[in-house]
Amino acid sequence: MKTVSHHEFSRRRFVLGASTALLAATLPFPKSTLAADVNNQLISLTGKLINLSIDYKQVNFTGREKLATVINSTIPGPLLRWKEGERVTIRVTNNLAHSSSIHWHGLILPYQMDGVPGISFDGIPPGETFEYQFDLVQSGTYWYHSHSGFQEQTGMYGAIVIEPREPDPVSFDRDFVVMLSDWSDEDPEAVYAKLKKQSDYYNFRERTATDLISDIKQKGIVKTWNERSMWNQSRMSDRDLSDVTGYTYTYLMNGNTPEQGWQGLFKNGEKVRLRFINSAAMTIFDIRIPGLKLTVVASDGQSVQPVSVDEFRIGVAETYDVIVEPDSDQAYCIFAQSMDRTGYTAGSLTAHPSLKAEVPAMDPPANLGHSDMGMAMSGMAMSGMDHGAMKRDDRTMSELNHEAKKSQAVNHSAMNHDAMTMKPNAHQGHSMKSGMQVKREMTGGGLGKAGFGSNSEIRHLPSEFGPHVDMRASMPANGLRDPGIGLRQNQSQYGRRVLNYGDLGGLHRTYDPREPSREIQLHLTGNMSRYMWSMNGIKFADAEPLQLKYGERVRITLINDTMMSHPMHLHGMWSELETGDSAYIPKKHTIIVQPGSKISYLVSADARGSWAYHCHLLFHMPGMFRKVVVS
Amino acid sequence: MKLKKHISSAIVITALTCASNQSLAGAEDDPLLTKVMVNQLESDVRKGKLSSWSAQGWLGHDLHKLWIKTEGERVDSDTEESELQALYSRAIAPYWDLQLGIRKDLLADSSQEWGVIGLQGLAPYYFEIDAALFVRDNGDAAFRFEAEYELMLTQKLVLTPEVEFNFYGQNSPDNKTGSGLSNIEAGIRLRYEFIREIAPYIGINWSKSFGNTADFLATSGESQSETQIVVGLRAWF
Repeated sequence: MKTVSHHEFSRRRFVLGASTALLAATLPFPKSTLAADVNNQLISLTGKLINLSIDYKQVNFTGREKLATVINSTIPGPLLRWKEGERVTIRVTNNLAHSSSIHWHGLILPYQMDGVPGISFDGIPPGETFEYQFDLVQSGTYWYHSHSGFQEQTGMYGAIVIEPREPDPVSFDRDFVVMLSDWSDEDPEAVYAKLKKQSDYYNFRERTATDLISDIKQKGIVKTWNERSMWNQSRMSDRDLSDVTGYTYTYLMNGNTPEQGWQGLFKNGEKVRLRFINSAAMTIFDIRIPGLKLTVVASDGQSVQPVSVDEFRIGVAETYDVIVEPDSDQAYCIFAQSMDRTGYTAGSLTAHPSLKAEVPAMDPPANLGHSDMGMAMSGMAMSGMDHGAMKRDDRTMSELNHEAKKSQAVNHSAMNHDAMTMKPNAHQGHSMKSGMQVKREMTGGGLGKAGFGSNSEIRHLPSEFGPHVDMRASMPANGLRDPGIGLRQNQSQYGRRVLNYGDLGGLHRTYDPREPSREIQLHLTGNMSRYMWSMNGIKFADAEPLQLKYGERVRITLINDTMMSHPMHLHGMWSELETGDSAYIPKKHTIIVQPGSKISYLVSADARGSWAYHCHLLFHMPGMFRKVVVS
Repeated sequence: MKLKKHISSAIVITALTCASNQSLAGAEDDPLLTKVMVNQLESDVRKGKLSSWSAQGWLGHDLHKLWIKTEGERVDSDTEESELQALYSRAIAPYWDLQLGIRKDLLADSSQEWGVIGLQGLAPYYFEIDAALFVRDNGDAAFRFEAEYELMLTQKLVLTPEVEFNFYGQNSPDNKTGSGLSNIEAGIRLRYEFIREIAPYIGINWSKSFGNTADFLATSGESQSETQIVVGLRAWF
């Protein structure tokens, strides 16, 4: 096997760049300006003292020049490589006309260093420098971004990789950060205003007369009417998967458009670690590398028990580390399609810089089902059941049965718990046969054991009723084992194993073995058509802080009373996702709450101070936000 | 002309508030926004001149807005009738706004004012509804009900049937309106959204007067029903 010298590598890169420039010149779009930037690699910075500068810069991702806000003049900003145990100092100078900030996403640090204006500090005024200093008490893949206004959307994000002090539990020969993001030439304030004026502005997949006719042909008038009836009555769209789409977004991989195509080089037989970071403002991605198995080894920076999958969904702000082992001298496509299938970004993992991987076609977009409105099944006396709901319940039941066979003796397995919350299935005759479950289901109440999620009754507070809330999940399903809308059928349809949260188990033992002393139920709420977002029906501006007692261990149960997926991020403390094994609870910083579903995690309130807690979709964040005070 | 004055002041207000949007710096969850919607700006193809308009604009926040509505018709070069409403609009349900305010009618040679209480929103099955009760200080009352449906033929081609009913509580020979159902207007328009904000359309508009209203019109020699083929522009910003 011939080794590629660095010199040869860069020369070939140059040649590739030139040929792409020629190609670009023949395109109908003025892409030639892009060609100079073909295949950008991230710039790494390392050391205990880092200087970052926030500036305006003209960029061109679409053929049009546009003003961006950038960190050290690149998008993404520099990749910060540190070592666990170091004390780092970062001097951040704000050269913008507005206040700015940097938040270190997922890092455990004193709250004054967390970088959230109005909560951790006052922000960095124009022209000033703020000095962050903190100890690195963890290792793994993280990222940083502006927490001011909508600056993140216009380019202010970068990756962090912290090398562990102890030997890495994962061995690998190559190490790449794959940072995904979304870029729009529109000002984010304008995008937000458009959504407030017409919430489906960016959705060009709405129901049309044509598909009405084809539905009627296929299913008949009665079934079509019944299927659509609930959506029509509720004035919601089963085609509403994301607020902002490929209509305005160009999706980037390490700052490269799909045309530019980021490249990572490997040699045959090498183990490659890919550190995926979703730094998009509004886009949830589904990632796969056709031809390669992905072994997930870490989520949100924290090591998990390795699990081999073909595909995984990455919520905004989440990170996943995967190991791939390419065994042939070819190019593999790293394919990240947006959840709504309105666009994608792609790069290649290649044995040779001249090889470019074939980009697969996007999968067809999914429609939402009744279960995505938290109606489970029998909640509505509907005769015609929605296809989406059917599919999902089929999935759930087959998984349940499969899991039940696997772990018949374990009464407290996560699946049993799932079955409990899936109670509407029971009347279908699929019911699980564990007496233990039935008993717990009947008695209800009480605080479930650590690691197994919530048993509590779903309560909608009076604040959830009014013109600002358009939906309340009456029977939220457990979102734990749901791969998510658009991925539920991939196993049966394409034979692609899709990661779900239930697959995650911590590599290390649960660091706080206590049971939760109380449970906090929080509802993610909103009015889609007015484009208002809140928690428990109360937006951030009107909300009292959420109080945690220093040292307590609590369970947070999030109930998604909307049809959107919300990646929820708690600052300063781990969100320990209850995936069914109390001894190995995985630690995360951002957790997707599926539409109409619920999910639970434990939090040890071991960090005094004021922290932010919010949906990481940038345009949901202003309202769906809480200040958390640990005292 | 009075109407021009009203319209120009409405434009000034919206221009001022548009300017204030520009200075919005950050992620305020509920910024002050404005929306100007020219729903219909059309002409009768057989006459060739601008025949009618219907526009709305709002200024405000998620749940509270100042809402301006104007509509009018022109026959030949004279403005036959136009009205301007200024309303306080308050969200009372997820899809419904309660609207209170005043309406000013500008007729050929007179004007009159009404108090307005209305309900605007989206009914189940996606019917856009605007229903309003109008009351004058002399006790006259009127009720108007408008419904519209948007049928997407493709993602950009939209067919919009709509219907409007007008009722009056009394006979008013001056206004040529009679008590009871006064007139029905129905239209169907096919628009093409080049972008969301800009859509030219073609359509058919039909109107018919009933009861005493029809009689008043007959007496003055005016037609009691009319069918127009229209071309127009729908736009918002």
